[in-house]
Amino acid sequence: MMLIPCIHCGPRDESEFTCGGTSHIARPGLDQSDEIWGAYLFFRDNPKGLHLERWRHTQGCGQWFNLARSTVTHQILSVYAITDSPPP
Amino acid sequence: MKYSAWSLLRGALSGQRHWPAAWRDAPPKRAYDVIIVGGGGHGLAAAYYLAKNHGVANVAVLERGWIGGGNTGRNTTIVRSNYLYPESARLYDFSLQLYEGLSQALNFNIMLSQRGLVLLAHSRHDLDAMSRWANAMRMNGIAAELLTREEVGALAPALDLSPQARLPVLGGFTQRRGGTARHDAVAWGYARAASALGVDIVQNCEVVEFIKEGGRVVGVNTNRGRIRAERVGIAAAGHSSVLAKLAGFRLPVTSYALQAMVSEPIKPVLDTVVLSPGTGAYVSQSDKGEIVMGAMLDLFPSYAQRGSFAVKQAIIAATLELFPSFSRLNLMRQWAGIVDVVHDSSPIIGPTPVPNLYINCGWGTGGFKGIPVGGWTLAHVLATGGNHPLAEPFQLERFITGRLIDEAAASGIAH
Repeated sequence: MMLIPCIHCGPRDESEFTCGGTSHIARPGLDQSDEIWGAYLFFRDNPKGLHLERWRHTQGCGQWFNLARSTVTHQILSVYAITDSPPP
Repeated sequence: MKYSAWSLLRGALSGQRHWPAAWRDAPPKRAYDVIIVGGGGHGLAAAYYLAKNHGVANVAVLERGWIGGGNTGRNTTIVRSNYLYPESARLYDFSLQLYEGLSQALNFNIMLSQRGLVLLAHSRHDLDAMSRWANAMRMNGIAAELLTREEVGALAPALDLSPQARLPVLGGFTQRRGGTARHDAVAWGYARAASALGVDIVQNCEVVEFIKEGGRVVGVNTNRGRIRAERVGIAAAGHSSVLAKLAGFRLPVTSYALQAMVSEPIKPVLDTVVLSPGTGAYVSQSDKGEIVMGAMLDLFPSYAQRGSFAVKQAIIAATLELFPSFSRLNLMRQWAGIVDVVHDSSPIIGPTPVPNLYINCGWGTGGFKGIPVGGWTLAHVLATGGNHPLAEPFQLERFITGRLIDEAAASGIAH
């Protein structure tokens, strides 16, 4: 069970949130190949360890934000705005 | 040693002290024809079918922990083939057919119990959807029967069938050939049969690198040394992406924790498998008497073999709405397995972008039922270099071409 620090509402119970998957995936141009579009739509790093991911405070403020979280320990290492670049 | 009534009787005269180890815990050799990474059901089945169907017995199964200690020991043991599309129907029904003959083929009682599978309709829409689903199965040659509420009640009398129920049961459908099998017997049966044919089962052996020469995989480096092989197969479920990264490619896979639990054992009360697709809940009673419960994924990426309390609560709540009489049961055990979910909820069985490296993954929440066919088709491609006809639609390229086999709606649980 995770206590997730929403950047607008503060720490709230995991059950209030929805995970939106990996962050910072850039949409390719419409002129790009099927391989590039397939990679964009379906293929993921799926790391064992640090994962940068989007979350939405669905049952709260409804806003999206980013988490840097370990997929092994579920420890949240940082939280940052949806438009921010990944932390160093 | 062949297991039989005669071997039991003979043992009775000598205090049953004559039983040898079921399979050899082998040290790794320096080279094999084929290495399979992952000693769960799929990997062990692939090794067995390589030896049995293709005469390729110079095979090693490398397992990081102990055999059957991953998802093979962390599922709800349900077998079924109630899928919607012809490609899936062929694949999963062949798996069920192999399960039906498996105890005889392996000379190991896998305790297959075809107690049937009942899917519940809680609304008019569910009834319509299930008519379509059951008819699709029948079009694919797999028996399914639509059920009225009374017929559901006859199959599972402990269900709350009252009109006031929070989840009213309006009807449903059944696949009578579905049921359960003993999970560790499936792993051990395949391990014993493969070992008897000469396969090396190597435990506590973690692959840390794929050795390549000229871009082709020619072996693996492990914590127990360097092992060469002509071909390598991956059958690692939730850890497929980790191995793919070692080999230098990516998969359309996300790993999630899928949890389940059992109650204390009670007298027989439920002699079928009940699924409620509306809530995701599935409930059965094990041969020991435990009520086995499972439902939805913890919907965020995870490699931790444990589940969230919120999901546990949802599983229990759904189960108790269906079976109010279970409310006083104590839970005995709870577990989670790391499952490899792909966007169309269908497996990937075939070559990878790296020459000589093959993969069987993407079974998601439904890997146990696919063990025999997953092993059969992985063995085929490892032995021949060409895809088995059953596996041909289930290639990695479908995520580039867009020819998905979207079973997300049909697999009985929302991924």
